[in-house]
Amino acid sequence: MFVRNLALAALLPLAFALPLAAQPVAHHVLDNGLEVVVIEDRRAPVVVNMVWYRAGAADEPPGQSGIAHFLEHLMFKGTETTDPGEFSAVVEANGGRDNAFVSWDYTGFFQRVAADRLDLMMQMEADRMVNLSFTEAEWLPERGVILEERGQVLESRVGAQFNETMLAALYKSHPYGVPILGWRHEMETLTGDMAMEFYRTHYGPNNAVVVIAGDVDTDAALAKAERHFGPMPPNPAIEPRTRPMEPPHLAGRRLSFEDSRVGTPYVSRMYLAPVRRSDDQSEAAALQMLAALLGGSAATSVLERRLNFDEGIALSAWASYNGLARDYGVFSIGIAPVEGVSLEEAEAAMDRVIAEFLEEGVDLEQFERVRRQLRASEIFALDDTQRRARQFGVALSVGLTIDDVTGWIDALEAVTPDDVIEAGQMLLDTRASVTGYLTTPQPEQRAEVSQ
Amino acid sequence: MKRLIALFVIIAFPLRAEVDITPVTSPSGLEAWLVEERSIPFIALELVFAGGANIEADEQAGAVSLMTSLLNEGAGDMDAQAFAARTEELAARLRFDSGRDTVTVSARFLTEDAEAVINHLRLALTEPRFDDDAIERVRRQMLASLRREALDPNTLAARSFARAAFDGHPYARETNGTPETVAALDRSALQTAHQGAIARDRVFIGAAGDIDAEQLGSLIDRLFDGIPEESAPLPEPVSFQAKPGLEIVPFDGPQSVVAFGHAGIPRDDDDFLAAFVVNQIFGGGRFGTRLMRNLREERGLTYGVGSFLSAGLLGHSYQGRVSTDNANVETVIELLREEWARMASDGITDAERERIVTYLTGAYPLRFDGNSSIASIMASMQYQGFDIDYVNRRNDMVRALTLEELNAAAARLFDPEALFFVVVGQPVGLN
Repeated sequence: MFVRNLALAALLPLAFALPLAAQPVAHHVLDNGLEVVVIEDRRAPVVVNMVWYRAGAADEPPGQSGIAHFLEHLMFKGTETTDPGEFSAVVEANGGRDNAFVSWDYTGFFQRVAADRLDLMMQMEADRMVNLSFTEAEWLPERGVILEERGQVLESRVGAQFNETMLAALYKSHPYGVPILGWRHEMETLTGDMAMEFYRTHYGPNNAVVVIAGDVDTDAALAKAERHFGPMPPNPAIEPRTRPMEPPHLAGRRLSFEDSRVGTPYVSRMYLAPVRRSDDQSEAAALQMLAALLGGSAATSVLERRLNFDEGIALSAWASYNGLARDYGVFSIGIAPVEGVSLEEAEAAMDRVIAEFLEEGVDLEQFERVRRQLRASEIFALDDTQRRARQFGVALSVGLTIDDVTGWIDALEAVTPDDVIEAGQMLLDTRASVTGYLTTPQPEQRAEVSQ
Repeated sequence: MKRLIALFVIIAFPLRAEVDITPVTSPSGLEAWLVEERSIPFIALELVFAGGANIEADEQAGAVSLMTSLLNEGAGDMDAQAFAARTEELAARLRFDSGRDTVTVSARFLTEDAEAVINHLRLALTEPRFDDDAIERVRRQMLASLRREALDPNTLAARSFARAAFDGHPYARETNGTPETVAALDRSALQTAHQGAIARDRVFIGAAGDIDAEQLGSLIDRLFDGIPEESAPLPEPVSFQAKPGLEIVPFDGPQSVVAFGHAGIPRDDDDFLAAFVVNQIFGGGRFGTRLMRNLREERGLTYGVGSFLSAGLLGHSYQGRVSTDNANVETVIELLREEWARMASDGITDAERERIVTYLTGAYPLRFDGNSSIASIMASMQYQGFDIDYVNRRNDMVRALTLEELNAAAARLFDPEALFFVVVGQPVGLN
């Protein structure tokens, strides 16, 4: 198999796979501020235990980019009563899998285990929520690991480097413009003390969400959470998050990223967009439907149909919207032209097709098909409990509520074709956007290098 | 007090996968494995056609891959747009994939639309149109993909390794072909690939979800109505032939990708399960392996290192991958050689055996976590030749392996003198 679309594949399932409101999801807040979410799925004797901290890369002190991610790695390096590596070793010895992830808004840890191991997992998570302890013998080699990680997943992938550069240009002030992994020159100076300081400032029950999903009884799971996490006091160091926000964007930015490793040149444009807001998700829902109509299908969506099928100038063309963030969302569009079509021509064609779409309005048959898939996606989503757990974790980490999550499909279904066209007007104003060309070096430049 | 948590580890392991698999034989004689699960109103269906890119001639390399992608691009009286629109109307999720050994079809659909989806999918499998405009459009995408792969160090490492390991055999080829072979593929090559790859004699079928055995049998027969009996013959098996040593593929980037390994063990070999368990200890894709501890945790030389047994339809190998800064490559290779030699001479310890058995037996049931995963496992297990009660016996088999058996398998598998390395990058100090 080969990759046909340069955008992340399967945009529709990603955007729409959301839980059914019909299956109740429990939400409870302990006295110390810890939020607990329980999702029952009794089909298999398996449980997912997750702890989410409302702290991520956008909460890092200036000059310490990557410290949230470095800390995530160090969370596996022991506590006052456990050895480095013991956490994962115990999970493995219980037949489980564990891992962790960091975004700009959150840091999450999870284990998948047999349901009767839930107590042990929660006990260990509670332990490292407050008792983290490691020495230089652990953090120094781990800094080598995160530098290798940056080398492998970012610097060796030209598309990822391009994205990093695009985001840095999109945000003029907000830390969403700083890479989650960190800038290499800052990562090289990170220390265990810095990580511990970030831990003391951001980790604690009053800044965390526990999500338990799978073969559990809701009341029993809540009781376990109370037992393991209830006794710990809130962390007084935790303060409401404040981040530098964006000034007005008065001019669009453009950049050209040239690299000899580029196999398929393409145009990418990112717009600063609204996020899903608690209690009123209508604006975000309209943008989500706009993305589905413009780029949700590799054949029938507007950009693919017009630019690839009808005009034959695109290898692929895409649109996507991410509104699941605390401060700013991003609407992205892009086109990879066929050989012989320049990036300038491709960009102009993409802009023309979008303008025509906004002029002509929504194809009602396509709109109905998207809505039909929307309803089916509610059912398919129930098959993947870990993904459901993750969606609740992300949503609560960025300031949404359980009701916002379960009401998202309703919000999408309430969108009208007119709402889509109105939301789409933002694409005509490129002031709050960055347009990037990913391309191979120009021939004359290549000649200079080889001399 | 440094062992507080370890006290909580529970040693007894009663857990079984407990997957209730129903063998289904359709009225026309096709077999399938079904896991019935009625709580969510949808069905996951998985078809694995054994053969894959192996069936194509050298000069048509890429034909099966291009053909498989075109199954989604028009069938019966529907062109690509109409076919996609119909898939969307039915809210079905259809995937067509191909690789070296298989063509795979995955379908997820709502119970209420089951018959309509099966009719739709049958058209894709029996009456793909291979319209000229669709061929050209997908060919362009495939050529672009080949251009990207030619600049991707991971792909380059895998390709160079396969070329050295299986020279002269289809396993040495790129399944997506070359720019030259793909450019030359025509409609008749695609039809040949279609007839040779999609047939009843080498198909393996798995299903899970809201359907019973009788309904599944009749859906399968409807789906296979018009699909030919016999697929194209397979080439002969091939044995691993890369000579020990080092091949450097110059590539401009901050890191090198290293592919390494030697011959493996066939899937149907008596030692396969033991070799699988030993590899889990050595480098099997998790944090606690010997390779991850040595290279990542203790030395910070890499973000990830792993090893895997590749047991294909026509040949086998034992391989690993690691990415590291160009300056570290020499050290990393030295450490890999040391670990290899240590495993060959000393094998594993009984403590390692106990830990891995607990892990593997506990983790096994976690795989069966939803209709989509279960349908895919059901098809894949048949393709790999497992019998239907394997799922419920497998943990006992893992537990029954003795230290002697595991170490005999380790001694047989690990051959430090045979190691072959491909380095893609600008490694320092190697030549």
